[in-house]
Amino acid sequence: MEILVCVKRVPDTAENEIEVNSDGTDIERDDLVYSVNEWDNYAVEEAIQIKDNVGGSVTVVSVGDEESEEVVRREMAMGADNGILLSDDAFEGSDGKGVASLLKAAVEKGKYDLILTGAQADDGAAQVGGMLAAMLDLPYASLVNKIEMIDDQKIKVGREIEGGNQEMNEIDLPCVLSIQTGINEPRYVGIRGIRKVASVEIPVHGAGDLGVAADSVGDAGAKVKRLDYFMPELGEGAEMLEGSTEEIVEKLIELLKAKGGLK
Amino acid sequence: MAGQIFAYIRFKDGVPDDSALELVAAAKKIAADASVSALVVGSGVDAVCNEVVSSYQEVWKIDSDALAYPNAEMIRKALINILPKDCILLVPHDTFGMDLAPGLSIKMDSAFVADAVDFEGLEGDTLKVIRQEYGGAVTTHVNCDISAGAVINVRPGSFPADESKAAGGAVVDKSGEAGDMAAGRRYLETVAAEVGDVDITKEDVLVSIGRGIEDEDNIEIADDLAEAMGAVVSCSRPIVDAKWLEKSRQVGTSGQTVKPKVYLACGISGSFQHLGGLKGNPFVVAINKNPKAPIFQIADVGIEADILDFLPELTDAISEQ
Repeated sequence: MEILVCVKRVPDTAENEIEVNSDGTDIERDDLVYSVNEWDNYAVEEAIQIKDNVGGSVTVVSVGDEESEEVVRREMAMGADNGILLSDDAFEGSDGKGVASLLKAAVEKGKYDLILTGAQADDGAAQVGGMLAAMLDLPYASLVNKIEMIDDQKIKVGREIEGGNQEMNEIDLPCVLSIQTGINEPRYVGIRGIRKVASVEIPVHGAGDLGVAADSVGDAGAKVKRLDYFMPELGEGAEMLEGSTEEIVEKLIELLKAKGGLK
Repeated sequence: MAGQIFAYIRFKDGVPDDSALELVAAAKKIAADASVSALVVGSGVDAVCNEVVSSYQEVWKIDSDALAYPNAEMIRKALINILPKDCILLVPHDTFGMDLAPGLSIKMDSAFVADAVDFEGLEGDTLKVIRQEYGGAVTTHVNCDISAGAVINVRPGSFPADESKAAGGAVVDKSGEAGDMAAGRRYLETVAAEVGDVDITKEDVLVSIGRGIEDEDNIEIADDLAEAMGAVVSCSRPIVDAKWLEKSRQVGTSGQTVKPKVYLACGISGSFQHLGGLKGNPFVVAINKNPKAPIFQIADVGIEADILDFLPELTDAISEQ
């Protein structure tokens, strides 16, 4: 099974408090810790497990600036065989469709049976996988939390739906799946693993290499453009309990008693 | 502006989802005088059509035995055949909407906006949309070019239901125009969620933990507090992903929907998927070391503290009472 996994370098929300910068043009990027998007990491782990199970190869691709190379390399340290970086100044400001069209071009440069994305990334849109599938005219399933091999023509996938239920489907290969967190337990990547791939060459493809018209992607091609970041006025919000821990505990216990929270 | 506005109606067992009337309000926020039509797609959908017909100008239905289960891959094919190219289609941003809509926007050559929480007006062909990033930590304005139509996923619960039922439309049967819906993905069955050792949906008081618990070994801190309070421990998604608690303990749209009287959100940031599982207007206490955590916007009472320090103090104080 030849598998392509699309990954994105994002600010690590477990390590950072994300805030709007002073003029609202961006989030505050000073001192941000970046990592591979959590959903994508589950997708790479799943791809590696499938490869270990049935053979084949795993290629990781990322759209981003030079620094995205570090996440491609990290996922290779996990066990992916190949890495590709799609990077060009012309890609900056791409909307979801722009990113999907770049990935489409990368897919068409190879031959893959299975294409995985994370179910969503930092912008919470959950859009690129579905767009990519439509552009490639391939079957698609989102929020996948289980993959079972049937044969080389089709696989069985579980989708996470409301209420913790799971929708089981049979899907023809090749196909595109977006992977939900919790599908597996991603392996730990140690310093030794990173060292092993430190000098592996990761090819970088720009607009020309991909055969993509520069004005069809990036800011020029985007129909959806972010204008600013802001913190909305959302009424009063919570009444914050202040004081020493002892005082706060005392106040909270009174409130809990009044609201039926203590038996 | 561009063409007509459509709202995709989600339903279960013949009953429309809450989003069915929320999308009426959402459409009016885009254009107050817009003509808004509903799409009802499935098998044996007349009851659903009748439920929503008074709220929409028209109800377009696709009724087919093949759609007894709403397979987004099949429904996308049908919608491409019936929808006007330049329309604005509103879809609930749920597990079905995420499956259907991004690909549909490509096939219709329309713009796509995911998870819209509000609209701030239409100027010419530019629709200003409000959405959130980083799990609700920051909010953004987004401009969407709707000149060639748009597919917009709308967050459930972000618009009030429009109960006016002032449209009084007619049902239009579009089943004949749906075309070939055969797809490369075939629905097999739905596997019901596993039943756990406790039923958090029946509990009055929940001590709910999130990423702030940091380590599996720390869960006993929450267990101790729950025991002292006579409560039960529930959690947010990352705790289940890490396999520290069973899926049956998870509150959220992809977990359980709970209706407690009191909800202690401990180290939970408060993503909309989590809050979507919290119903019945409970008294919410949020304890989080990040004062900007979105959970503080919806909580009744907030405490800025590290739960690993604060919860044991609270447990001790309650035990001494």
